[in-house]
Amino acid sequence: MAGFRATSGGVSARFAKPEAAVIRDLVQQVIELVGPAVPAFAADELDAIVGMPGPEQDAPGDPALARLLPDAYRDDPEAAREFRRFTEPGLRSAKVAAARTLLATLPPEGGRVRLTRDEAEAWLRSLNDVRLALGVRLGITSEDDDLYGRVPRDDPRRIHVDVYHWLSYLQDSLVTALS
Amino acid sequence: MSVAPVELDQPETGERTDIDRPWLTIVWNDPVNLMTYVTYVFQRVFGYPRAKAEKLMLDVHHKGKAVVAAGAREAMERNAETLHGYGLWATVSQDA
Repeated sequence: MAGFRATSGGVSARFAKPEAAVIRDLVQQVIELVGPAVPAFAADELDAIVGMPGPEQDAPGDPALARLLPDAYRDDPEAAREFRRFTEPGLRSAKVAAARTLLATLPPEGGRVRLTRDEAEAWLRSLNDVRLALGVRLGITSEDDDLYGRVPRDDPRRIHVDVYHWLSYLQDSLVTALS
Repeated sequence: MSVAPVELDQPETGERTDIDRPWLTIVWNDPVNLMTYVTYVFQRVFGYPRAKAEKLMLDVHHKGKAVVAAGAREAMERNAETLHGYGLWATVSQDA
């Protein structure tokens, strides 16, 4: 695939059916990962009714989720919990909304995708969330990580290495097309 | 001419009253976010010209972190929230 290019009204790219399927599957997984953790956050019924944030929360235990919803204070756990309490529900919703925009504009059968700048922005965020989650699952800890050298050809994660590199290329082309 | 004292004892009100030290938005390096993307986000979120956004991105990349904004605590928290929306690893702290 050739990646995104700028058009008069936004950006455009062509996707083969298997490419669309891979992206849609991963984006769906991100939605399941970050989708609102309703029971935990609506512990107080009154809070839920008036739309107040739930009780203060620690960073998620799942490292991929923790990377998508990071602490805003490194050395002040109390401030980090307070910040999370007020921002995490909105952050989860925003990530789900971006992911849904991507799904709504990428047909399962693939083909030519034309995006407005706003839709392209949602794609950027959503592709990035997918890459962040993949990066955690693949254990990427350095820019210089030689994934092809580290993950053997017969390793079940090998397919994710290919997908990760491909999505990096795709996201980069989208940034360039928007710049 | 005199020089103002460097340090004074803080009044013990239990509240943060130190308004002289600004709050900072810090972005930390991570191995996944693309350099082009981080530059784009700095331009988009802060309205920085491309050259400034690129310099900040390179600071993050080479030094491990960069202060991308300074000011009131609430504004820095909003920055962090926005940057988390873009998947950047942003934190808030008070200038040392």
